[in-house]
Amino acid sequence: MRPTRTTFTAVSALSVLSLALVACGGDAESSDRDSDGPITLTVATFNEFGYEELLKEYDALHDNITVRHTKADTADNARNALRSSLGANAGAADIEAVEVDWLTEFMQYPDKFVDLADPAVEGRWLDWKTEAATTEDGQLIGYGTDIGPEAVCYRADLVGAAGLPADREGFAEFIGDTWDSYFAAGKEFVANSDAAWFDSASALWQGMINQVEVPFEEPDGTVIATTNPQIKDLYEQVLQASTADGLSAGLGQWSQDWSESFQRDSFATMLCPGWMLGVIEGNAAGVDGWDVANVFPGGGGNWGGSYLTVPAQGDHIEEAKALAAWLTAPEQQLKAFAAKGTFPSQVDALDSPELLDSTHAFFNDAPTGQILVDRATAVTMQPYKGPNYFLINTALVDALTRVDVDGTDDAASSWAKFVRDVEALG
Amino acid sequence: MKARGRPLPPQRPATPPTLRQRLTAANRRCTPYLYISPFFLLFLITGLFPLLFTGWVAVHRWDLIMGQGEFVGLDNFRRVLGSPDFWKSTRNTFSIFLLSSVPQVILAITIAALLNFNLRGRTFWRMGVLLPYVVAPVAVVLIFSNLFADRFGVINSLLDLVGIAPVRWHSEVLPSHLAIATMVNFRWTGYNTLIFLAAMQAIPRDLYEAAAVDGANRVRQFFSVTVPMLRPTIIFVVITSTIGGLQIFDEPRLYDQYGRGGADGQWRTLTIHLYELGWTQSDFGRASAVAVLLFLLIVAIGLVNFTITRRIATAGGHR
Repeated sequence: MRPTRTTFTAVSALSVLSLALVACGGDAESSDRDSDGPITLTVATFNEFGYEELLKEYDALHDNITVRHTKADTADNARNALRSSLGANAGAADIEAVEVDWLTEFMQYPDKFVDLADPAVEGRWLDWKTEAATTEDGQLIGYGTDIGPEAVCYRADLVGAAGLPADREGFAEFIGDTWDSYFAAGKEFVANSDAAWFDSASALWQGMINQVEVPFEEPDGTVIATTNPQIKDLYEQVLQASTADGLSAGLGQWSQDWSESFQRDSFATMLCPGWMLGVIEGNAAGVDGWDVANVFPGGGGNWGGSYLTVPAQGDHIEEAKALAAWLTAPEQQLKAFAAKGTFPSQVDALDSPELLDSTHAFFNDAPTGQILVDRATAVTMQPYKGPNYFLINTALVDALTRVDVDGTDDAASSWAKFVRDVEALG
Repeated sequence: MKARGRPLPPQRPATPPTLRQRLTAANRRCTPYLYISPFFLLFLITGLFPLLFTGWVAVHRWDLIMGQGEFVGLDNFRRVLGSPDFWKSTRNTFSIFLLSSVPQVILAITIAALLNFNLRGRTFWRMGVLLPYVVAPVAVVLIFSNLFADRFGVINSLLDLVGIAPVRWHSEVLPSHLAIATMVNFRWTGYNTLIFLAAMQAIPRDLYEAAAVDGANRVRQFFSVTVPMLRPTIIFVVITSTIGGLQIFDEPRLYDQYGRGGADGQWRTLTIHLYELGWTQSDFGRASAVAVLLFLLIVAIGLVNFTITRRIATAGGHR
């Protein structure tokens, strides 16, 4: 009898305990510490921001602050994680990096973020970089980190073998500064070579769409993606060049095949924002002949770039803001550029000799610093990216992939599916 | 039941039971339920509540970040059922499920039968089949994406050697399903093999001896003794692989770089569709509607499978 009674108690205690454990599980970590005491700041980024050394440096500068860095493998995953923690009102890092393509999506919820506007940092960034992160009421959602001014990277050896001008200046002149001249040059190239002209229709699309002032949504929220004649026109242009003219290698960007193709003579040119240089160098390790031309079809273009935001749910908002301001200061951004090639969005960094004099050994010692600064000044405007920009652009890239890579549709039927996808978003 | 009906000892019929005796009786009656209560309490919190709550979300407008919106009744279901994406995902889910579950069960039984022989280094072989199960799915996908890459993959290179046109693993519907089913089979066949093997070892040896005396060879023994004796295990494996197969997520999500199930939804399964609606489009209402529909679908298919396998079992009993 005795043992039974003890078991009785033990079991009831256990079940109550299990209940209590489940109920209390959520609170264990949020114990707020004294503001003067040592604190831990978390910084969440994705891909490569080049912050590893910088965060160590900050750690060393501040006795009471420990910085923890979490890195998502892709921007997509970082976006989903941030969405979930904003929804749950818990779990966000003290500083969250946000990509420009989904920035507006989060700007719909300004209350979830700390207003970072501060006289001390005014005028630190290129105007269009700051404007994109400022709400109508003047709240600054994020501090700019890097931008992606685009140049054209090319295989000088393949171009030379086709009997075309392969040196940096000659090639820039050869492809000209409009999309038409770029495609015309491509036709001339493929007639004399086994390789394709560019890697993928969807990669080209990123260059084109970032030159359209009002692509998918009007500032008042009207979705014009399917009716905007400019979009349809670009869509047809890029697919005409890719399939009918045979300029595309038909590789899905970021796919296994795409990465693998850098080791072969698959294509001759690629649109390359600053951060792409590192990607090419990694994928094409051991391949000679890459170079960068100081030119971009259709004028200037910016692809990507990020911001650091401070979610309002954090426990150490002031400290987080200070860290974000420090990380995005020109001096620190230049170090990040040296580490991972993230091109600074800060005005003062753009005329620093450190940046202007930098060259890139893999790209035939091209003066990449000077080229990218030139490309950055050629960017005159930023497209208006509404809250649905990311979703609509994803649907459009899918539409291009269906024709360019999969071949499951022709341009017209794939466009019809795109229209349906956009309508389903509403 | 029996313990409760037992009459009290005859020597003390008149005295009412003391407190201690009453406690003991209650103790005896309640203890078994308390033993199992932790599981059911946990299930209530982590299983039943989310299940019912999903139903609640499904009849509302519900944004991932802003939370609950207005009540919309069955509107979410109407929109989900009216979209071709849902039906395409359903088709893909079934196709991948059939391509993985059917060969998997057949293969697992066959391998289990082979392992059941008196092999040299038995434990080594038995642990060997479980190895793929231990490998993380992400690692499996890494290996297989090298095999199944469209242009420069190992399989297409081999096909090229023998002069067969390359298969477009990421563009066409059926090849993509085959590739994903291969990953699933790679991972789960060994696991099911061990379950079958355990059941096989419980089959009495004398049945085989009797069959051998009757002149049945190995193959005949397998079909006339092993398979019929395995029926309860087959039911178990079929039901669990139905549940797992219809909820398949990891493999198709990691099959390409975007994880959306292909530009044309070639391998978009119901769970990926659900994830896209909920997390990418942040429409929890519609995502929950898909979840409820998927739940009903699994229950329905599970019942069908159960009836079929039970019918086979009773038919076997009459033999």
